This record gives sequence, structure tokens and C-alpha cells, in this order.
Amino acid sequence: MTSEEILHLLGLMLQYLMPTLKLFGATLLYAIPLGMVVALMKMCRFKPLSWLTNLYILIMRGTPLLLQIIVVYYSVPTIRSSASCPAGLRTLLERVELKGDAGDVYMFRMILLAFVLNYAAYFAEIFRGGIESIPKGQYEAAAMLGFTRLQTFFRIILPQVVKRVIPASSNEVITLVKDTSLAYAMGYMEIMYIAKKQMTTFSSLTPLFLAGAFYFVMATVLTMLFGLAEKKLDYYK
Amino acid sequence: MANMLEVKGLQKSFGELDVLKDITFDVAQGEVVAVIGPSGSGKSTLLRCLTQLERADGGTVSVCGEPMLTAEGYRDTKTLHQIRLKTGLVFQNFNLFPHMSVLRNITEAPTVVLKTDKAQAQARAKELLKKMGLEAKADAYPCELSGGQQQRVSIARALALSPEILFFDEPTSALDPELTGEILAVIKELAAEGMTMVIVTHEMAFARDVADRVIFMEHGVIVEQGAPSQLFGDSASDRVKQFLARFNG
Repeated sequence: MTSEEILHLLGLMLQYLMPTLKLFGATLLYAIPLGMVVALMKMCRFKPLSWLTNLYILIMRGTPLLLQIIVVYYSVPTIRSSASCPAGLRTLLERVELKGDAGDVYMFRMILLAFVLNYAAYFAEIFRGGIESIPKGQYEAAAMLGFTRLQTFFRIILPQVVKRVIPASSNEVITLVKDTSLAYAMGYMEIMYIAKKQMTTFSSLTPLFLAGAFYFVMATVLTMLFGLAEKKLDYYK
Repeated sequence: MANMLEVKGLQKSFGELDVLKDITFDVAQGEVVAVIGPSGSGKSTLLRCLTQLERADGGTVSVCGEPMLTAEGYRDTKTLHQIRLKTGLVFQNFNLFPHMSVLRNITEAPTVVLKTDKAQAQARAKELLKKMGLEAKADAYPCELSGGQQQRVSIARALALSPEILFFDEPTSALDPELTGEILAVIKELAAEGMTMVIVTHEMAFARDVADRVIFMEHGVIVEQGAPSQLFGDSASDRVKQFLARFNG
């Protein structure tokens, strides 16, 4: 490929960077709070809820993300068109399954749903480990000072958990930025999609290397950001 | 003088193990009571029951004249919360909040729980820090302080809620002997100001010199209680004599 072609390709790929970042950002936006909720559900003293949550985490971590994306994507049309589908559910699914021009919206939502469900499970385990690593004495000190359970969690426990989960979370977040390329399998038009397409057009590996460079830069920026965050929280032990 | 603490027939067991059996004692206003005894005698569990960190299985407890545990069981949550605010507890390993500055460790509860004005809470916190000889450390973080300093901050933190009775759970056990003195000096000062205190301790010299009364516990019962001169001088109990023999020399 000529350098002009490469430059053109770079410009083209930049346009496809946005969908990648959109999936990445939206996944974090939902998966982190959901992960916290799942962590609390798993630690819940009401055992059936704890077991159910555990089962969910086991499935999410024990099966491939790609498979989960495909299942979520096709579940709506498959269940809707099944003969045994109750009418109420069918109406609901018909409203979920957008077609035609809105097909892309449906695709993005389903891919996002799979990513969020999957990543929430991983975040949940990280958060649970973080919460359980806080010494019991912190809860007791808070109780003696009259803090309610909610105040204790948000003012005393959570800030300390954040510091403790940053290293493990940074791994997940960096994995996520690369995992967004799996959305390519559903035809989601992101960096991987355009790289593969241009590879065929130019019969060249260069587009793939360029795509790799994009992911590499994103992962490196994230690594640096997490490094900064760790440093910022280094004022206490 | 009014009783700040009235404990009758207090019982607590963990499974099969009876940790507290029929504990009965009172603490008068301004009195300093030291609880001593061998490890596993139930001293800490007693303190944890009196501060609501553990739920007792039986008996009655009144704190500052307010029944906390009655024959019918524990009072409602709201009353228990009110009672708790009248009691402070100083832990063996401080349990300061590591992510907060020294000042914020002290002001957090007054501002959040009591809704005290922030400036007012800070002024009070600085006053307490001055009293603890730590005015210069207001902006430091707990990890930057020595054990003795951390323990003094935790005492200031407990005092910030103006408790009427202060409990200490082996406040010097995590400190080396040199730092122990700092804490004992603070407790002496509080005693001189008339603070009601119950101190679980292994510091026999301290129990003898500062306490108005010493309670000796073993196997979940009070073996003997009385003035320090009585227990350390001529105890009626052979067990107490034996326990204190090493200390009395």
C-alpha cells in the first residue's frame, strides 16, 4: 500500500473509532454500577438470592463472550417466532426488535446488553473481593459513631474499595477495549469491521496492523490513566 | 451519684460456649472501672455487648439511665441508636478511617450523624486534637502517624460525639511500651475531668493507679471487684492473688 492509501485508510478508520468507543463507554457506564449491585446481591444474607447471583456469575464467566453476544442477539427473534411464545411476551419482543432503519439500533442494544451482562459479572467479583477485604473494624468503628448502614457503605467502605479494586479493574477495562472487536461478528461497524473489509479490498495486511495500532494506543492510554488514578489514591495506605 | 451503667445478669454465648455468665455490676458517674483477667475470660465480649457490637442473650443493661436491654429484649432501633451516641468505644487497633485526614476522621460523625455545622465541628476537632497534643497532625493521614498518635486520634474521634461514657478495649495492647504511656496519660487526664470510663486492660499498673474500681473476670464471671487497693493489696480470692502475683512481685 502507498503512504497515501495508508493515510486515507487511517482517516477512514478514525470514523469507525467512534462506534468502538461508544460500545466501550456504554458498557462501562452500565456494567460498573450493575457489577456493584451484583456484588452486593452475591453477598446478600438471603441465600437463594446469593445462589442465583452466583449461578449468573458462573455462567457469564464460564462461557465465551462471543457466544453470549450471539445468543442475546438472536434470542429476541427466535423466541418471538416460536409457536409456544405467549402473546404478551411476543408483543413485548416485537417492540424490542427494531427493524429496517432502526435495525442498527437493535443490533447495538443487543450487543451492549451482552457486554454489560458479561462484564458486570467480572466487575462483581472484583468489587466483592474489594468489599470483603475491608476489615470488620471499619464497620464497627462506623457503627459506634452512629453511622447508618448506608452512610457506612458510601462514606467509609466504598471509598476504600475503589482504591483496592483499581488494579484489578484496570485489567478488565483494558480487556474490554479489545473485546469490543467481537461485535464485528454481528456486523457492528467498528474498527475491526473496517479493517477486515479494507484488508480484502487492498489484499494487504496493513489495515489489520493499523487496527492493531488503534487498540494498542487505546490500551496504552487506559493503562496510563489507571496509573494516574492509582497514584492519586496513593495518599493513604 | 447516678449510675451511668447498670448491668444485671448479663449472658452471652457463642454456640455451646458460654462466654458471659450472669455478669452484674454498676458504674457510677465519673467512675473509672478497669476490667482485668486472663485472656478468654470474656472481658472484650462484655465490652462488645455493652456497646451493642454483640447482642447479649439475656440479662438487662441500662446506659445513662436509659434501659437498653430489658427482660423483654432489646429496645427499638431508634432508642438503641440514641443510646449508642451516648457511648464511645476506643478499639485495640484504632480502626481509624484510612482514607480520611485526621481532622475528617474526627469531624465526619458530628457533621453526618449529628448534623453539626462543619465549621463548628472542625473547631471542636481542633480543640480535641490540641488536648491530645496532635494539633500539628490535623491534615495528616492515619498511615503517617505512630500507633500512639493513631490511638489518640481515635480517642478524639470518640470524644467528638461528646459521649457520656467511654469504653476502651485494650487500648494499649497494639502499642509498644514506650507509646503506651502516651495513651495512659490521656486516659488519666480524662479521668481527672470526670469522664466515666470502663477500660479493659492488661496494664496492671494502670488499673491500680487510675481506676476507682477493678473488676477481675475469669470464665465469664466476675470473680472479684473492688477498690484497686483491695484487689492488689489483699484479695479475698486465691485466683486473683495468683493472677496478680507476677505483677505484685
